[in-house]
Amino acid sequence: MSVPSVTGTLVQIVGAAAAGPLLIGWTRQVRAKLEGRQGAGVLQPYRDLRKQFGRQSIDPIGTTMVFAVAPSIMAATTLMAAALVPLVTVISPADRIGDMFAVVGLLLLGTVSLVLAGLDTGTAFGGMGASRMTTILALVEPTLLVAVFALSIPAGSTNLAGMVANAARRGDLVLSPTGALAVIALLIVVLAETGRLPFDNPTTHLELTMVHEAMILEYSGPRLAILEWSSGVRLLVLTGLCANLILPWGIERGTGSVLSLCVATAAIALKVGVLNGLVASFEVVVAKVRLFKVPELLAGSFLIGLLAVTASYFVGSQGR
Amino acid sequence: MTDLQSRPVEAHRKEPRGSRPLLVGTSTILVGGLSIVLGIAAMSGGIASVSISWLLPFSGLQFSADSTSGLFLLMNGAVGIAVGTYSIGYYRHSHSGTFSLMMLPLFLLTVIAVLLAGSVTTLLLMWELMAVSSMLLLLTEYRKKEVRDAAQWYGALTQLGFLAILVGTLIMSGGSAGVFSTLAITSHHLSESLRDLVFVLTFIGFGSKAGLVPLHVWLPRAHAEAPGPVSAVMSAVMAAMGIYGIMRVDLELLGHGPRWWGVVALSVGAVSALYGALQASVATDLKRLLGYSTTENMGIVVLAIGMSMLLGGYGQYELAAVALVAGTYQLLAHAAFKTLTFLAAGAVHSATGLRNLDLMGGLAKRLPVTSSMFAVGALGASGLPLGAGFVGEWLLLQSLIHSHFGSSAPLEFAIPVAVGVLALTTGLGTAAVVKAYGVGFLARPRSKGAESATEVGLPMLAGMAVAAVGCLAVAIAPALFNGVLTSLMTVLYRGVSVSPPRLGAILSIPGFAGSTSPILLAGSTVILVVLAQVAISSFGKTNRLPNRDANLWACGNGILGERMQYTATSFAEPLQRVFDNVLKPEVGIEVTHYDESHYLVERVRYSRTIVDSIEDRIYRPVLRGFLWGANLVRVFHSGRISRYLALGAAGLFVVLVVSH
Repeated sequence: MSVPSVTGTLVQIVGAAAAGPLLIGWTRQVRAKLEGRQGAGVLQPYRDLRKQFGRQSIDPIGTTMVFAVAPSIMAATTLMAAALVPLVTVISPADRIGDMFAVVGLLLLGTVSLVLAGLDTGTAFGGMGASRMTTILALVEPTLLVAVFALSIPAGSTNLAGMVANAARRGDLVLSPTGALAVIALLIVVLAETGRLPFDNPTTHLELTMVHEAMILEYSGPRLAILEWSSGVRLLVLTGLCANLILPWGIERGTGSVLSLCVATAAIALKVGVLNGLVASFEVVVAKVRLFKVPELLAGSFLIGLLAVTASYFVGSQGR
Repeated sequence: MTDLQSRPVEAHRKEPRGSRPLLVGTSTILVGGLSIVLGIAAMSGGIASVSISWLLPFSGLQFSADSTSGLFLLMNGAVGIAVGTYSIGYYRHSHSGTFSLMMLPLFLLTVIAVLLAGSVTTLLLMWELMAVSSMLLLLTEYRKKEVRDAAQWYGALTQLGFLAILVGTLIMSGGSAGVFSTLAITSHHLSESLRDLVFVLTFIGFGSKAGLVPLHVWLPRAHAEAPGPVSAVMSAVMAAMGIYGIMRVDLELLGHGPRWWGVVALSVGAVSALYGALQASVATDLKRLLGYSTTENMGIVVLAIGMSMLLGGYGQYELAAVALVAGTYQLLAHAAFKTLTFLAAGAVHSATGLRNLDLMGGLAKRLPVTSSMFAVGALGASGLPLGAGFVGEWLLLQSLIHSHFGSSAPLEFAIPVAVGVLALTTGLGTAAVVKAYGVGFLARPRSKGAESATEVGLPMLAGMAVAAVGCLAVAIAPALFNGVLTSLMTVLYRGVSVSPPRLGAILSIPGFAGSTSPILLAGSTVILVVLAQVAISSFGKTNRLPNRDANLWACGNGILGERMQYTATSFAEPLQRVFDNVLKPEVGIEVTHYDESHYLVERVRYSRTIVDSIEDRIYRPVLRGFLWGANLVRVFHSGRISRYLALGAAGLFVVLVVSH
């Protein structure tokens, strides 16, 4: 465990934690501009967080510990993911603690805690959101793991640092059928996991169409702030991972100098910014699909993932 | 069911029924302790074989134990101790007779006997004793029709399974007494087709005990209808005995077989896992849900065993060992979390009289300890990190991902599908336990029974606590099981030197990159949760008002009623619609019109029941055919002696002609 590797990991945890709300602000701003609106500015989520932290917290009558702890579990699992995913550096001491399956499992654990919180309130909205979210997450799993499988083949490992380092060494993974197909599948899944269009509308105000918002309807004050912050960080971590898996350029690979860390941080900021700008512009032109169309979408992305695995056997099996 | 719900269960406030529950509980604990002692003895060098020739004519009884038996003995003992402690409290309120109570320790004794069996004849005898004693356990509440139905299904399938095992193992032993140590050598001299036959028959027989699809139909019924402690041992111990049979006979005694054996086990396991998870995710009866989850987990175990056979067939022994360790670990985890969840379900039943999730709710406030125990078990069943099921699934995924069958394109395609199936199983399994915990224990009570529940007594809580400790050990300290699993490998892979996966603080697989650390993941997540709680309560606190209780948001309509909550049925509705084609629910719409006009509707009645579609589509036709055949034969039952004598004579004549 060397000093540079610890610094890199700390930079990436603190950076992700600090920049999560900025990313939300950025996607909202891109969307506002494309829709011809002025927008609230990229810093608005920070102002919202400050406001919510200063507010009184409401304990809905009849809720248990589960409701009170769920936001913290969400935040904890998100931070764990931020530590395990190679955003800035591939030589992280945290890497051996958890591979891609652990990251997937941790994020699922966070979502499950929110689902339980939704059920804990005992309202129709809470139950509705919980039921829909559970359906989506059960169906997302196969695609997610098959995409991980496809990406692990060239690297020969399911540890994320290994995958990203391998991609950085080869440089052409983005052009290989395996890499491209797997990342497309992964991106679709990331949209579902983070509750973006076309799976869920993050800005909806109509309860009947809500998924994520319906589960957290009873939250207020600091707990709501932690939840909002977590979903921003989660979006950053997952899109950052997608970006680094195919375009790992700029990532810190062991030189350990301050300059290379700065370059790596700037590179990931650029990649995440561009990718989320694209996602936001995509959201302007698509509508939310019906819940019962979601399985079809996910089945499609599962097939893409399957193709990616098969392609790796016939085309790019040089890594094995 | 209705009988159960309407009866006010104030049972646990009744007078204790003498010392019988205490006697049953202590003897079960003692048998569990015996099992653990024997298990440790078997692990550390094995028990010398004992032969008792006078007890059984012709072949006698042979007993011996190696580390395979040892592993299962340890598991059996641990479950026995938890269940024994629990039953001291549980049976204090049940109306069951002394006879069925005393079957509990006896059943565990027969399990020990099966595990110690050292020859085919001994195994068969003990297996049948185990089946009979479990049957009597299941019939504890024989006055209820559902229980008798379940016992009928169980009896029929377990006897069919026994028949398959009997024929299979007798072919394998070929007329000898079938002592295991000699059988391991002689079975290789059998012809190829006979070996295939033995594999198919024993796989069917042992698979029916493990509840594999399509022989699972008895399992959700039996596990649902049996009393709490009995469901726990049936699921954690008896289903695992099916796996023991497969390991002992198909892996060890038959040895390496053709590759299609592995493919068969892999596919049967995958189908069972997926089907079990799907049925569990739409089930509304808590114990039925847990029963289907047994099928799911046994499916995962058999998938791992099949993968191990397949990898062994392709000479990748390192990964084969990983897959086998994964399966075995999953089996241990299953024993821990399923004991816990079934015991908790039994506690809920004895406190509320309910098994139907749609009528539960609010139990987290009324049964706080039981609820937390169930949560620990449910986390294990979901396969998520921090839970007991994570390590086994992680190892299995690693063995799948690193495998490669260069020469066989269909297999190369089958592996990602298997990964997908495993992932979907995890997803649906998670949905099932989230439903069980979220709907059953959180929110507000949906019936009187749930509303007036009070926490169960100390012995029951202590029994659950033992199982919970087991869950935690499996979840965060896989290193504890390293030695056990390594010695298991040396038995099952005789003659091949393999280095099994290293289960330490960090899990890793020799020869492959990739590692994960359950204990560090759990530790750091817990620390971060605490930090986040501190952050929530302290940030910006200077100018904030203290927390305040408030009514739930009811769109401005006052107070929400209990009926406005989501139930287990409505929670699973989207999933049920997605998998409509597989589940085929029976939907009935009944419209009643007013007499005056046909255009006016008085009442619309909608009903939907989810039945086991395999039972409906495979078993019903078979049963119908059977009855049809039986009716044909009935023609001869005229009741006239002269006719029967004539038929007997004709039969004898036919036999003489054929045998000549």
